[in-house]
Amino acid sequence: MSAPSLGKDLVGLEHLSAGQLRLILDTAEPFKEVSERAIKKVPALRGKTIVNLFFEASTRTRISFEFAEKRLSADTVNVAVSGSSVSKGETLVDTARNLEAMRIDMVVIRHHASGSAEFLGNRIRSNVINAGDGKHEHPTQGLLDMLTLRDRFGRLEGLNVAICGDVLHSRVARSNIWGLTRLGAEVGVCGPASLLPRNIQDLGVTILPRIEDAIQWADALNVLRLQLERMTAGFIPSLREYNRVFGVTRDRLAKAPKDLTILHPGPMNRGVEIDSDVADGEHSVILPQVTNGVAVRMAVLYLLAGGAPDWHAGASE
Amino acid sequence: MPSRTPLMDQRAIARALNRMASEIVEICHGSEGLVLVGIQRRGVQLAERLARLIGSMEQAIIPSGKLDITLYRDDLQAVGPRPVVGETHLPGDLDGKTVVIVDDVLYTGRTIRAALDELTDFGRPRRILLCVLIDRGGRELPIQADIVGMTVSTGPRDRVDALVQELDGQDSVELVRG
Repeated sequence: MSAPSLGKDLVGLEHLSAGQLRLILDTAEPFKEVSERAIKKVPALRGKTIVNLFFEASTRTRISFEFAEKRLSADTVNVAVSGSSVSKGETLVDTARNLEAMRIDMVVIRHHASGSAEFLGNRIRSNVINAGDGKHEHPTQGLLDMLTLRDRFGRLEGLNVAICGDVLHSRVARSNIWGLTRLGAEVGVCGPASLLPRNIQDLGVTILPRIEDAIQWADALNVLRLQLERMTAGFIPSLREYNRVFGVTRDRLAKAPKDLTILHPGPMNRGVEIDSDVADGEHSVILPQVTNGVAVRMAVLYLLAGGAPDWHAGASE
Repeated sequence: MPSRTPLMDQRAIARALNRMASEIVEICHGSEGLVLVGIQRRGVQLAERLARLIGSMEQAIIPSGKLDITLYRDDLQAVGPRPVVGETHLPGDLDGKTVVIVDDVLYTGRTIRAALDELTDFGRPRRILLCVLIDRGGRELPIQADIVGMTVSTGPRDRVDALVQELDGQDSVELVRG
């Protein structure tokens, strides 16, 4: 029995079919159990060499990928940009080609430029997995959010998911929108007008102007991190003002018609976009998201290791 | 044109399973510390049935589990679409237990090789036995079954189709000559 193919690279969820998305989520299920074993290791990627190439700071995503790789028995190398030849002016493609000359099999890349993962994937033979490219996509985060929602509700079809906060700077938001809508969920976005991209409704999402609207409408809230480091211009008056108008607080959630499931991709700014008693509350699935992240990344690594030569083969259902 | 020869019907399978259950108890001198582990997919149902049969014979509850060996396959390095991964669920600690691996058809032995590797990652059983409904010959590894429902000699182009009620709606084994 063979599964449909995923292609060579995972650069985003925008161009994946519903069948391919379901394949990844279904494959992640058995991988959850591997992390519960006493010996958390299976030999599926034995002999594969994977480079984690991180041009941006990351703790959770990099560690999650590294656990996923190691639990599949791959050999891993982490390249952080500070102290590497990149800081001496080497281009992205030169860095990757030099790594490839050492006979690697896969590259996991995080880069500040949107489109960098696809750019790289088109230029090297190794599988490329996007671990976040600029403001474009963060596909494995989108997938782990979808897996966590599916665990919680048993389905994605017909679910109302509100993505709240800094949608403009968020690659997580884009991957969520494409992935969730492809699998039949309704997606709403909620945030200050200055933090919503223009023409966002063209992606098939509902605009919820106030956080109270999102709470009335949604089954689940995916609360985005206010990306303080990307805030070079004045998008919001102040953090306190943001929390007062858009913060997800227990008082606001108390007015919801039903208990809302709370997601957050981390790292959290407690007291800004989300209050601590919500983040740590009984409807928060923030830590299950982290657990699912390892399973989803194992699934993606396992599926891509097949390395089908045809880019988007198996996209048909 | 492939020809289909029935090898076992529902009654033959039931009789074979009864005998196999007795043999397991006989070889193990009882059912103390016995764990049955079925290999995905159709070994799982056979293991559950054998566990029930042994349980009623011995007035005991015999634990059974399921093992998916996909991630331990020796052909994963080959380029191509990935095989579907199934669920693994073992009933508790295997240390010191007598584990009976149950599968529908034994052929090259590669599945059992993978199952042995995977089981040893879960613990250190005192003893591991292999129990199969059909042994069709054609081994590529030095592996043999301890308990066999039926032995049939086949060629590399033949196929043995084992069906179980729980998944396929009927119990039967057919030899398909290629």
